[in-house]
Amino acid sequence: MIIDPKKCVACGNCVAVCPMGAIYIDPVKRRATVNQDECVECYTCFRGMSTEHLNPTLVRGIRKLGGFFRWRFDPEPDVCPTAAITEQELAWPRIVRRAFSDPVVPHESTGVHGRGTEEVKTNDITNRVGTEDAGFTVEFGRPTIGVRFWQIQEMTRALAGTGIEFEPRNPVTSLMADTSTGELRPDILNEKILSAIVEFKTALPNVPRVLSLVKEVAGRLDTVVAVGVSARCDAQGENRLEEMLTREGFAYNRGKTNLGLGRASLEVAEAAAHT
Amino acid sequence: MTNTLHRYGDEESLRNDFIVFAIPCRGHNDHDSVPKLRRFLRLASRHHPVNLGDGSRGGIYRPSKALNPLAHWRREGEPDFETVIEGVSSPTTVAAVFDNREAVEAFVAELRQEDLGLSINISALVDRAQECCEDVGLARHSVEYSLGFMGKTDRLADRHVLELSTMCGHGMISFTFARKMIDWVKEGRRTPEQACGYLSRFCSCGVFNPTRAGEILERARRRNS
Repeated sequence: MIIDPKKCVACGNCVAVCPMGAIYIDPVKRRATVNQDECVECYTCFRGMSTEHLNPTLVRGIRKLGGFFRWRFDPEPDVCPTAAITEQELAWPRIVRRAFSDPVVPHESTGVHGRGTEEVKTNDITNRVGTEDAGFTVEFGRPTIGVRFWQIQEMTRALAGTGIEFEPRNPVTSLMADTSTGELRPDILNEKILSAIVEFKTALPNVPRVLSLVKEVAGRLDTVVAVGVSARCDAQGENRLEEMLTREGFAYNRGKTNLGLGRASLEVAEAAAHT
Repeated sequence: MTNTLHRYGDEESLRNDFIVFAIPCRGHNDHDSVPKLRRFLRLASRHHPVNLGDGSRGGIYRPSKALNPLAHWRREGEPDFETVIEGVSSPTTVAAVFDNREAVEAFVAELRQEDLGLSINISALVDRAQECCEDVGLARHSVEYSLGFMGKTDRLADRHVLELSTMCGHGMISFTFARKMIDWVKEGRRTPEQACGYLSRFCSCGVFNPTRAGEILERARRRNS
């Protein structure tokens, strides 16, 4: 993302809305400026801010006059008055920043908007996480701290070989050079993104070991990690994971509950029956 | 889209925060899902949701790209349900946000009767979602539990900022902007309702809960815990 210096009036509204804190008013140029190394191309400023299309010279003049007399104008805080925030064409590897940071852009690898897959949200159809499994979503960089891929690689390397199976349709998995070692493509390692989700599943008895490892590696990273773990319920709607989490000292209060109302469409079900 | 899983807050703060969403399953039932997704939203709108969202186009509060300068004095901010419903044009995740359990139960009961065939999930306190299922006569199929944050949690913001910011799980609401809105409400420069409007527009899939945000801002103003 760039801010057009011909249009910017240095009102500062975009400074606060940037999740990465990558925008600042340059004291020499007197224009809002984007620190390109910190910008994750999340498009929050471009998409989230409303815009006016005022004449920049006029706005600068009014601001200068108001500033001289110490007048306080209380403008709307989510508006760019001159539509100065401008998209730029992204080339590889920078383009992965947007793929992982802008939730409106679907990942080519998954077709799903956002950073993950359908997880257990469609488990009533896919049965991806079975009654003897636990599904994991380990998310890096959220909320609003960000992460670089080399930090994610520390976790994927540690997890590989512990009896887990990386979700093949996950965007991070698609960037792995070798899923057996958890190595990511070297050309993206220094790219910064808003967040990414590593997804995998393992056998239920392996949950304590995996959680302990995730906690240990997370403690070494200079970012935050949000962990979700999922289970398939029995006919009564109960599962063994809850008891296991409590026993291991992992507190939870929020979750996503799949109601089991999904089913494959008739054509897909018939095709599956024929095969 | 783990965008609603890790909302920060204690049980009291999260007690009346419910997101019900429908998601088509790629390759299984997505090809004919658009009318069903619209139907989901249409049914939800009967139960007085506080937000509706389309994962690829936004919620009922959206930014304007051609704002009239008079908006600085009088901003139009009416929620627009119809744009969200009619805007669904391809398979996506759609969500309805509620601020009371009764509405969720009534909505889920109607969804059950309607039998859309889409996967339906409730993102809320696990116990509250389970109560909803039991009252409607459904057994939970699968559950994903949030274990919260690990790692360098000292880099996170204070509780009120986190409560507001994590209501957009995609991270579109910055800590700085949430802090700014809390400060503006404390200084009397904006009402909690106005601040909620600004915050809501940054949530690009419409799962922000403005009712809860208003309560958080009010608590922050009075510095109640």
